[in-house]
Amino acid sequence: MILGGIFCLVISLFETFNSGTHSEGHEHLHHHLKPLSKDELQKLSLSQMSDLALQVQVYCLIMVTPRLLLHWATANDTWSKHCDKSVFYTSESSKALEAFDLQEQDEWVRIRKAIKHAYENAGDLRWFFLARPTTFAIIENLKYLVLDKDPSQPFYIGHTEKSGELDYVEYDSGIVLSYEAMRRLIEMFKDEDKCPERGHALWKMPEEKQLATCLKYSGVFAENGEDAQGKSLFNKKSVSTLISDSMGQNPADVVEACCSDMAITFGGMNPSQIQVLMYGVYRLRPYGHDFQDSLTFLPPKDSDND
Amino acid sequence: MKLTGVHSVLWDGERLAEGRYRMQGEDGHIADELFKKVRILCWVMTGPSNLQSKARHVKATWSRHCNIVLFMSSEEDRSFPTVGLGTGEGRDQLYWKTIRAFHYALKNHGDEADWFLKTDDDTFIVVDNLRWILSNYTAEQPIYFGKRFKPYAKQGYMSGGAGYVLSKEALRRFVEGFSTKVCTHTTSVEDLAMGQCLEKMGVVAGDSRDTLHRETFHPFIPEHHLTGKFSKTFWYWNYCYYPIVEGPQCCSDLAVSFHYVDPVLMYTLEYYTYRLRPYGYQHRYQPPVPAVLSLASHTGKPTTEAQRLDDRVKEKSVSTNTMNPRAEKVKTTGTTYHKVTNAAQGRNITDRITA
Repeated sequence: MILGGIFCLVISLFETFNSGTHSEGHEHLHHHLKPLSKDELQKLSLSQMSDLALQVQVYCLIMVTPRLLLHWATANDTWSKHCDKSVFYTSESSKALEAFDLQEQDEWVRIRKAIKHAYENAGDLRWFFLARPTTFAIIENLKYLVLDKDPSQPFYIGHTEKSGELDYVEYDSGIVLSYEAMRRLIEMFKDEDKCPERGHALWKMPEEKQLATCLKYSGVFAENGEDAQGKSLFNKKSVSTLISDSMGQNPADVVEACCSDMAITFGGMNPSQIQVLMYGVYRLRPYGHDFQDSLTFLPPKDSDND
Repeated sequence: MKLTGVHSVLWDGERLAEGRYRMQGEDGHIADELFKKVRILCWVMTGPSNLQSKARHVKATWSRHCNIVLFMSSEEDRSFPTVGLGTGEGRDQLYWKTIRAFHYALKNHGDEADWFLKTDDDTFIVVDNLRWILSNYTAEQPIYFGKRFKPYAKQGYMSGGAGYVLSKEALRRFVEGFSTKVCTHTTSVEDLAMGQCLEKMGVVAGDSRDTLHRETFHPFIPEHHLTGKFSKTFWYWNYCYYPIVEGPQCCSDLAVSFHYVDPVLMYTLEYYTYRLRPYGYQHRYQPPVPAVLSLASHTGKPTTEAQRLDDRVKEKSVSTNTMNPRAEKVKTTGTTYHKVTNAAQGRNITDRITA
């Protein structure tokens, strides 16, 4: 048994060394990804702007299970309405809510299937956002982040973490993929050695790392989404946790130090907190402050909580 | 009536510039104009044992947006700073503190403000939205606003915890009521007593709801109003002057107050109100611009935010469709490019100026 264990250890070390090769360097220039500045935005012509506006349509893949029914219903009722297309992919069907039933218990397998389905049904949409319903996303700010990024280039964006040599995007704060990244990923799905569907039971990696590995093999690298000040746009913690943390660390400047004005995701919030966040993001505001943003996003139809 | 010390926090122009945050690329000229035209003195009911646990967070957040803010305590504290009212602490002292605080405010700052707001140290206020409501009235009108309750007074009274605001004339009459003994310390139930005194002095209880009749002053935290189902036996149902709405329409986009707000929520609401926003989002609710602003006086009629947005687009191009020329072709659910008509947006803009 010890020999078997050593054998597996050696194999996995061997794989780690092999996955270290980078392909084109020019695609890996930005480990930190920021939105266009206001000055740069204003230099664009109106027709360039309208082209970009169309290009940034987002397909949301929301991975649900009946166990997460409350969060599923909440995501359905709140932020997912702001995606250009949102599809809930479930492990098994629920009588309460509609979803695309993948009939699959393994989450990594579900993610693979969902990605394939989304890519095939994308229509004109070129950006993809993958998340669990426990994550809240502000899609307008996601669009702002990727506005000037070409989706026919590979992009894999979110909150990045490092595990040994592997940079990966955290699942809990949402994963952004461009059309080209999706295409390469689906191609890599065919390689059962580098990107197995059902990995070795003994060395089951979390989905986020499996995804990162497959993408890395196809020359796509994780990039950290940040604002102009370097604040993370993707958060797996709740707003109140981040505020609490800031009260402890920066008591003189709690809000300034805490979170980005253009934050994209927050995680770990219960359904009631999500409803409050929805109100806080899309409705509550101080009268008399205009922004003159370069793009306009209209409110979704048939909705009254935004 | 002897007050200990005349210490107050006066936010002069320079310090104000620091305290009032401007977001990147933000045009706050309307908010700035209202700041000058609708001057609000905020006084916060607090006490020595609450300074570090509660009042400190009020000081760090919403109170910076007031023209003047005073922290009222039984005792003076020069370092915080607080005004000493010379009372005791505790629920039975609430009306005494209120009486003395309002007298102090009129005497020491009567010329520097048009409106006088009272809050608790666990009340959160969006001062800019209060200015929007008040801009349709004048300081010379005897009127006050808050979360309106109906019992015990003919025209009702305003909930203490949700905050209430008096016009200068209303404040003058309140003080006059005491000097002529028309009003006295009748009960320690501060908000009810206020309501009864003001009613006697001919001050009108105003309607603080927005143009869609949604409440702006709230006696509980946002979560309770947005998601809570108040039990049918809960006292609240019998107290509210206007019909209670549960769910998202409970609360105006231009909410003014929430109550029972703990420190974490205080900073969270400041973040939600003044910082976190969805880029480019055209809000469903487009409040009318008050006539008192110079913008409206240029065009000669009230305009909405959406109209100003359209005007700006028209300046740049021939058609307002130019930004999203092929938008109609995109036919997916939840698309952000639906052409939302006024009806679908639920707009029901009544002219507040003539209301």
